[in-house]
Amino acid sequence: MLPLIAALPFLGALLPGVMIRASRNACAISCASATMLALILVLLRAPAVLRGEVPMAAFAWLPQLGLEVAFRLDGLALLFAVMILGIGLLIILYARFYLDGDDPMGQFMTYLMLFQGAMLGIVLSDNVLLLLIFWELTSLSSFLLIGYWKHLPEGRQGARMALAVTGMGGLALIGGMLILGGIAGSYRLGDILAAGDVIRASPLYLPALLLILLGCFTKSAQFPFHFWLPHAMAAPTPVSAYLHSATMVKAGIFLLARLWPVLSGTEAFFWIVTLTGLVTMIVGALIALFKDDLKALLAFSTVSQLGLIVMLLGFSTPAAAVVAVFHIINHVTFKAALFMSAGIIDHAAHTRDIRRLGGLARLMPLTATIGVVAALSMAGIPPLNGFISKEMMLEEAVHTPLGDNHWLLPALACLGALLSVAYSLRFAFHTFGGKVRDDYPAEPHDPGAGLWFAPAFLTVLVIAIGLASAAMVGPIVAVASSAVIGVGQGDLPYYSLKLWHGVTPALWLSVAAVAGGAVLLALHGPLSRAWDAAPRPEAKSIFDAIVGASAAGSARLIGVTHNGALTRYLAIFVTATVALAVWAWSGGGLRMADRPVLPVPEAAWVAWLLTVVAALSVVVWHRQRYLALVVISVIGLMVSFGFVYLSAPDLALTQITVETVTILLLLLALHFLPKVTVAESSMLRRGRDAVIAAIGGGAVGLLAFAFMRRDVDSISAFHLANSKTGGGGTNVVNVILVDFRGFDTFGEIIVLGIAGLTIYALMDALLAGPASAKLINWQFGQTRSRDRHPLLMVVVTRLMLPIAVMVGAFIFLRGHNDPGGGFIAGLVVAIAVLMQYMASGFAWTQNRQRVAYHTLIGLGVVVALLTGAGSMLAGVPFLTSAFGYFTIPPLERFELATAMLFDLGVFLTVLGSVLLMLYSLSRIARRAGGQADEGPMDFDPSGKAGNR
Amino acid sequence: MEFLVASGIGVLTAAGIYLILRLRAFAVILGVSMLSYAVNVFLFSTGGLVSGAPPVLGSGAGTYTDPLPQALVLTAIVISFGMTAVVVLVALGAFLESGTDRIDISETDEEDHEMPPSGADLR
Repeated sequence: MLPLIAALPFLGALLPGVMIRASRNACAISCASATMLALILVLLRAPAVLRGEVPMAAFAWLPQLGLEVAFRLDGLALLFAVMILGIGLLIILYARFYLDGDDPMGQFMTYLMLFQGAMLGIVLSDNVLLLLIFWELTSLSSFLLIGYWKHLPEGRQGARMALAVTGMGGLALIGGMLILGGIAGSYRLGDILAAGDVIRASPLYLPALLLILLGCFTKSAQFPFHFWLPHAMAAPTPVSAYLHSATMVKAGIFLLARLWPVLSGTEAFFWIVTLTGLVTMIVGALIALFKDDLKALLAFSTVSQLGLIVMLLGFSTPAAAVVAVFHIINHVTFKAALFMSAGIIDHAAHTRDIRRLGGLARLMPLTATIGVVAALSMAGIPPLNGFISKEMMLEEAVHTPLGDNHWLLPALACLGALLSVAYSLRFAFHTFGGKVRDDYPAEPHDPGAGLWFAPAFLTVLVIAIGLASAAMVGPIVAVASSAVIGVGQGDLPYYSLKLWHGVTPALWLSVAAVAGGAVLLALHGPLSRAWDAAPRPEAKSIFDAIVGASAAGSARLIGVTHNGALTRYLAIFVTATVALAVWAWSGGGLRMADRPVLPVPEAAWVAWLLTVVAALSVVVWHRQRYLALVVISVIGLMVSFGFVYLSAPDLALTQITVETVTILLLLLALHFLPKVTVAESSMLRRGRDAVIAAIGGGAVGLLAFAFMRRDVDSISAFHLANSKTGGGGTNVVNVILVDFRGFDTFGEIIVLGIAGLTIYALMDALLAGPASAKLINWQFGQTRSRDRHPLLMVVVTRLMLPIAVMVGAFIFLRGHNDPGGGFIAGLVVAIAVLMQYMASGFAWTQNRQRVAYHTLIGLGVVVALLTGAGSMLAGVPFLTSAFGYFTIPPLERFELATAMLFDLGVFLTVLGSVLLMLYSLSRIARRAGGQADEGPMDFDPSGKAGNR
Repeated sequence: MEFLVASGIGVLTAAGIYLILRLRAFAVILGVSMLSYAVNVFLFSTGGLVSGAPPVLGSGAGTYTDPLPQALVLTAIVISFGMTAVVVLVALGAFLESGTDRIDISETDEEDHEMPPSGADLR
């Protein structure tokens, strides 16, 4: 059930793409249904959770890493899940009527559902690694939401800033969580929560705490990371309402509450968290008071209110944690309502600037009622819910000494409350109060029910929780608090959710805050002018400066290392690799060379000499390209020869066939490349490169020598022993390819197929681009033979074709037991077909081609895949092979193995890929060569070389 | 024999490195081919050199050379052909489109392609 709940929003995110074609209503309803379903499923579980049960579900994902898909629905998770889904539902309704016809609603709903799913995942996760995944998802999906209005630069910048800040916090959080899991020995949340004492005693506690707090504070916009939140205001109002009330910023709070039993109670935790929260509360409230944009005011009020909750969690007392939980609920209700009413005002009056508003109470009575009630709750005026939690907060502050000082914290908390009274009252009175004006940008009016229902519903909650808090939220506060504190519901500290607590110090502080706030509002005009005149750091410009400086630093670094010169990268790469190798070698540990040396026959000296001379010749003559090509093929031949001598017949066959197609390929390409390379490197540069090359080559040679002189343990004995009995073949190399390591081979033929298709696609793009015209007007530089298709060659190649194909078939069939196999057979047949292209011409061959090369590649991969999957039908793992021996008279006893079918897939893919590559290259030649050859023995009648 | 193979690998590697440090695409392609030879032979040689004992059961005196590096190198040879082909095509395409087969972005080109001043689009 829990995995389904977590998956529902993500499934819902798929719906808008389909439903938006029906209508905007269908789109919204489909998302709302998914959300509603998840909410109902959560609520069905609620009675059990309220009784103290903790439903869990888990299955393994990557057990090696300790990552499992594990969910738990304890009190805290229940509280947040209901908030996320409940507010989400209201937001979907509100957004349906808020978004303009021009705004792509399908995208919006998809992003919203993604975000909702990520948030829900965070609160339901029972595995901290899973939690981290969802955490990152909220950063990414909120980026999409904040930047939803892509045409607005503020939207893009705000989204980028939010992503940069929360993403970096997320990185820190990953580090912190890994440390935490390392100390606890498990990534299960339950195990970590149970290991609180061990964790707090660990020397790694402080780094883990700092990293986790960094993650929480960036997400929850705590000072000094508060600046991203107001810039996220560029998002459409439904997004702001959602992000700032129930989600995103609450994720940090959630995590702080979640890990409260583990992290809290130490000096470090108390001081860092309490002071951060306190400073954030006061700074946020102060800025909010002087903001003229309704949404900016609300954004900074969010910062301030979150600071309050963080501060309460920092107190590290169970009673304060209860208050924090209670205030989370209250903040959600009034803040979402306030954002939505700000959106309604923006919609109706076409401005959110408080200086241009006022007197809206008469024009928009309904909105005014909603806005004023919610604002008064935020101010902490009885009998609304904000009053109760603020009073309880002050009560806790009174009982919490800051070091030895007993009056400073209550005083500062009271100052924060006073400021929040001031900005709340400013929101209420400067927007709705005062005289009706005649210069609104548009005619303000109350909206339809679609827009006012959601905030009105929340406002009713604000009043109801205020009047009957114990009945409304008592049980959920109790169960959530018990989850935060980590004790049973019976062991919660004494608290009482009610309006009247008697004449307490907190009441006096409340009275002082309200009175002070009212006075501050009365003095707002002159204070505002003083505020504007006072110099103060602008967070955005600091952020931009930091981003700019790091971007400039990176650009400088890249300017030096990645200046566009490929040669420079390669030189750096080679030198660095050699340096690393020398460093590793200097560590010692190389044992004595003990493997006896193989004797050297004379022929080996000859081959070695030929190889070395050929390699040096290529270097010397590399500018004369045809010559270099001829000489380099000598090396390929010598390598094949070496393979033959050193007991590797399969390699020799492969090398010699690959050599053939490679040279053909290079010849074709060279047709269109310059035939000579101009000498342009300075002597100095050549000298430098020669030194680098000599060092690199020397190092590799020494390494190879060191390797060959020592025996290494390998797993080959297993392969040799099981090749015949397990794989049914005596050619161990082939059995390894198609059986033991068949999965590797499967991947490799896919790579080869992709390479073939890539070349085809590149060629297609090239022939469609500007190069095409260049090719059509191609002037061939050197003399071309007039006899394009020499008779002798045509005849010989056609005679050879069936023979070559038969040789290919033979090599393929014997492959399992003797040197050969699908790779080599594919190459042999490919060469046979290529000869037809060369001898009889492109058009002639092409006309006789029945199966497209793409099809061959696809067919090969599918055959290999089906062979592998077939073994799963028999209940054994992928690519397990089977074989048997059969006798059909008059044939001799022969063997059939499923591995041969797999090898057939290899054969087809290799054949298709090689031919597709050379075919693609030939198309260039064809484009440049004018009209196609009609017959196989066309004679060029023009008599002019290369110019038809 | 070991010395011959090792020095051969060394020479091929050195030639390959020298060629990939050249300024034109074709030399780099040649260099990459040389390095492919060197790497393949190196991988092959890690199994130890044995003569006259191919890993085909029942063929020899009962001792066989290490088959595993051979299997790895066999696919590596084919894959390196695929890689060479892609590189050749890219080089050819670049030459046909730009008219030069230089592989470095020259100083004058660089100014055209230079990144926008950092942070310019933040405002």
